[in-house]
Amino acid sequence: MGRVTSPAPVEIERTESAEEVFAVPEPDVPWVTIVHNDPVNLMSYVTYVFQTYFGYSKDKATKLMLDVHHKGRAVVSSGSREEMERDVQAMHGYGLWATLQQDRK
Amino acid sequence: MPGTFEPLPGGGAAVALDDVEISIIRSLAVQLLELIGPGPAEDAPDDPLAELFADGPSEPPSDPVLKRLFPDAYSDPEGTPQAEQAEEQREYSSEFRRYTENDLRAGKRENALAVVRSLDALRSGGDGGAVLKLSTDESRQWLGALNDLRLAIGSRLDITDEEDTDLLYRLPDEDPRKPMVMAYLWLGGLQETLVTTLMP
Repeated sequence: MGRVTSPAPVEIERTESAEEVFAVPEPDVPWVTIVHNDPVNLMSYVTYVFQTYFGYSKDKATKLMLDVHHKGRAVVSSGSREEMERDVQAMHGYGLWATLQQDRK
Repeated sequence: MPGTFEPLPGGGAAVALDDVEISIIRSLAVQLLELIGPGPAEDAPDDPLAELFADGPSEPPSDPVLKRLFPDAYSDPEGTPQAEQAEEQREYSSEFRRYTENDLRAGKRENALAVVRSLDALRSGGDGGAVLKLSTDESRQWLGALNDLRLAIGSRLDITDEEDTDLLYRLPDEDPRKPMVMAYLWLGGLQETLVTTLMP
């Protein structure tokens, strides 16, 4: 990557009010299931699990598997907390390393 | 071909195994069963509801293999949570564990038992080997069990990144880990060819 010669970063003025900063996350903020990379699980097996459990197409399942492999993690599903707990439990059943978290951006 | 599952016409898969291979898979599956342990109802065999209502554990297992098979559901391996958030994650993880780990253990036990059963039902072909034939359902159970076995061995061999796997390929013959590594790679071949027969 080339050198970037920009001036020092400018502080962007914060527009949120104090209330918003300390607000608890909205209950309808979706949760996500994340699958983490694991050197033991076979790439073909991970793709198989994404196709079989989530019903994803071969292309989508393969893309997610490659994200896990190259980026170390991939969001594989999103929804309510209960739904994501179900997905994480299923992933653990298949032997994939999965966690859930609220999708705070 | 040895160590290779082939699809069967009409569904299912078959693999030729010799007696040594059969006894290795069986012994590994039995070790996995012993590690996963009995279900909660084993303490109260007369009560059919005991299993349904028994709470699972709330603490992560101390054995590294079990920790890998039953990981925390609410911990971000790359995150550095504040103390308060870490406490919340621990709390959620143990709650999740309490109501899922018994079921997860039961599922893995079922898969490993299916492996032992199908091996015990094998009739020797007389030449020191046999052809194992699996239905599609049995193939799925074998697939899960093979994955759990590889996770268990991988954890015992301390395989935590891709480089570890590369190193294992180059172990000298006298290394004490060599037999376990050979088993790990061989099970990988079995799993790879079995998953191919199941691909939707």
